Amino acid sequence: MYKCHKVILTAALVLTTVGAFAQSAAYPGIGRPATTKEVTAWDIDVRPDFKGLPPGSGSVSQGQDVWELQCAQCHGVFGESNEVFSPLVGGTTNEDIKNGRVANLTRRDFPGRTTMMKVATVSTLWDYINRAMPWTAPKSLKTDEVYAVTAYMLNLAYVIPDNFVLSDKNIAEVQKRMPNRNGMSTQHNLWPGKEFSGTAKPDTANVVCMKDCVPEIKVSSMLPDYARNAHGNLAEQNRTVGQQKGADTMQPERKSGVSVMSESLTAPPSVKPAAKTIDPALALLAKHNCNACHAQERKVVGPSFNDMAKKYPGKVDYLAGKIKSGGGGVWGPIPMPAQNAPDADIKTIASWLAAGGAK
Amino acid sequence: MNASDRTLSGRIQKAPENFLDREGIRAVIAESKSGRRNFIRQAFAAAATGAAVPLAMAQSNPVPSEGGDPNILNLPEHAKALGQGVAAEGGYGKPSQYEVNVQRRQSPGLTQTTQASVSFAPLQSLFGTVTPSGLHFERHHQGWWDIDPSKHRFMINGLVKTPTVLTMDEIMRLPAVSRFHFIECGANTAVEWSNVAVPTVQYTHGMVSCSEFTGVPLITLLQLAGADLKKGKFVLAEGGDGSSMTRTIPMSLITSGEVLVAYGQNGEMLRPENGYPLRLVVPGVQGVSWVKYLRRVEVGDMPYAAKDEAIHYMDLMPNGQHRQYANIQECKSVVTTPSGGQVLLDKGFYNITGLAWSGRGKVKKVDVSVDGGRNWKQARLETPVLSKSLTRFNIDWVWNGKPGIIQSRATDDTGFVQPTYQQLRSVRDTRSIYHNNAIQSWLVQENGEVKNVQVS
Repeated sequence: MYKCHKVILTAALVLTTVGAFAQSAAYPGIGRPATTKEVTAWDIDVRPDFKGLPPGSGSVSQGQDVWELQCAQCHGVFGESNEVFSPLVGGTTNEDIKNGRVANLTRRDFPGRTTMMKVATVSTLWDYINRAMPWTAPKSLKTDEVYAVTAYMLNLAYVIPDNFVLSDKNIAEVQKRMPNRNGMSTQHNLWPGKEFSGTAKPDTANVVCMKDCVPEIKVSSMLPDYARNAHGNLAEQNRTVGQQKGADTMQPERKSGVSVMSESLTAPPSVKPAAKTIDPALALLAKHNCNACHAQERKVVGPSFNDMAKKYPGKVDYLAGKIKSGGGGVWGPIPMPAQNAPDADIKTIASWLAAGGAK
Repeated sequence: MNASDRTLSGRIQKAPENFLDREGIRAVIAESKSGRRNFIRQAFAAAATGAAVPLAMAQSNPVPSEGGDPNILNLPEHAKALGQGVAAEGGYGKPSQYEVNVQRRQSPGLTQTTQASVSFAPLQSLFGTVTPSGLHFERHHQGWWDIDPSKHRFMINGLVKTPTVLTMDEIMRLPAVSRFHFIECGANTAVEWSNVAVPTVQYTHGMVSCSEFTGVPLITLLQLAGADLKKGKFVLAEGGDGSSMTRTIPMSLITSGEVLVAYGQNGEMLRPENGYPLRLVVPGVQGVSWVKYLRRVEVGDMPYAAKDEAIHYMDLMPNGQHRQYANIQECKSVVTTPSGGQVLLDKGFYNITGLAWSGRGKVKKVDVSVDGGRNWKQARLETPVLSKSLTRFNIDWVWNGKPGIIQSRATDDTGFVQPTYQQLRSVRDTRSIYHNNAIQSWLVQENGEVKNVQVS
């Protein structure tokens, strides 16, 4: 009886609210309909069938202009740079464009995997650039610029000719020339559903053996001695109390074979918990992502900190100006973009550089 | 109390090698370089075939000559004076000053930037199964943000009756659940596909963490918007940060109720590095699908081939094809203590302990070997054993001072057994980057030092 009463009551509630917001019946007062304007502002994804792709167009040459200003710093003029991120272009052939399979992916000796070697769907390229690029200013490109940059990349990989204008009208045709368009497989059991025609069986089949399972065991790989300290002092990366301590990798390894207990019980050097003071400039280099293009000792996209410090000792204002406004022609063909960092931060970095840029 | 007092207060440690002069150090290095590998093979073979030698067990904590431990005989200051007051460190407590070595760390040389990078959780120093939020591994694609929750919005659109917008306040009013789940980056252990590349479990396996997550089942929110659960076989989840991470989630997993829109982590709000104020929780699936700063889900009828499922996060197979939408983290385990880069200070009893997990369900069984996989013994599982969560295992071990190779091998409740490197490589070769769940080996050397090794 009580139950019955409740059902009627709920039904009545639903009836009264149906006009306002029907689906909130279970949770009245929670959520509201999104406006068309709001959905348009956020619903930016582009699917492989190009649902979501806004109309527009861009040429290869327009793309090159955008590229030089916005993309080349990290990706290189021809998408070849391997300094900050993996190269975008390279490793594909005209034969691949015909077959839709990138032959170099079968080669164990091929040195890298570029974006153009991997990607099967041109929609992904467009969507990637549109939502996440340029890396430090994502979503700042206009729609036509996204088309243009996509076109430039495709042109670098010989998917489209130099005079091509990529648009929402012809992008489906371009898809038919993607070098790795047939390179994907869902024939595995790692998708957590039945939506694809994957397999149900795992691809490995170990068994639970408990005794005499392997006749002979050999160590086939371990770190070489020179890498002992490559990850810093491991003693400082382990708790100082407990059943094990970290190995002091600042010291050569204890001679193998010496019985541990036979050594003299001398007081050890203290394992000092690391409380390093870090130069505030170094933190700012990370914060403002200077490290994406500059490294301490070697040229990355831009010159090394050491080289800059050597060239401009004491010149705080000059360096600050270069960071703030950008520049070009001093260190190579790729210009330094103007940096949108607080003046105080720029001054700190410039002062650090002018004082020698010591790490 | 200064630092050197501290180390004295623990177990007595052995003399370091710094009594050697420069020439002596050079000689030791040269010797170890030339003979070490052979030594390992010979010594280990000997240990495996030789009978167990009875041990004259040394006391790890001997009575000092003055007849008693000064730490007992002389009452310390903390026993004789007034301690500190409440809320002395401000309103949020910190770990002990002696725990500063327990930190998440970047792997040197792995990435060029800190914003598209990883920091690894210090598994070698953790107990139980919950990762303290401040030690949870980090993976960012375009840097992290601390987003004002009063301005964060969550949108549902696509195949729904009414595209809907919710505020954080509204999401937090909905019926909540709290569940323990592991999150593992698909690229965890990636650097070890071909050979040993890093020294410690922090760097080999530190892209796994486990938390109690609190939030609303995504299905509740989809129903609230009137989602078409028949046509809508796929859901796109999208982040609100610069990278606007997008990933395709199967509707079947969402209708099971497992997928959460979470705001809570270990009793407090999510940490900014882990997606504050809102992230997706997709149990059993690789971390990249657990979209941080979640701003939108879209219900659709086909997969989205988003940037992180059509350019990155694909597994290259020997035939040159990529496995796309390979999402599940299969059954895996690792011994965390003793593990690479640690030193056993003396012979005797140890508790071998580690972590096991499966993206398909519960861990059923973990076996441990101390002879490189020749013989195995079943470990004890700490309870509760939860589905798609970390499980802690322990097993007793008396170290006889001889070389040994420690491994763990997990079996999940589907019957799947964690593979060896040989088994994995025979199917996937060494170039697939993701989903390396091979059995890990740690070599315990005669000098007590533990090394990351692979065996054949």
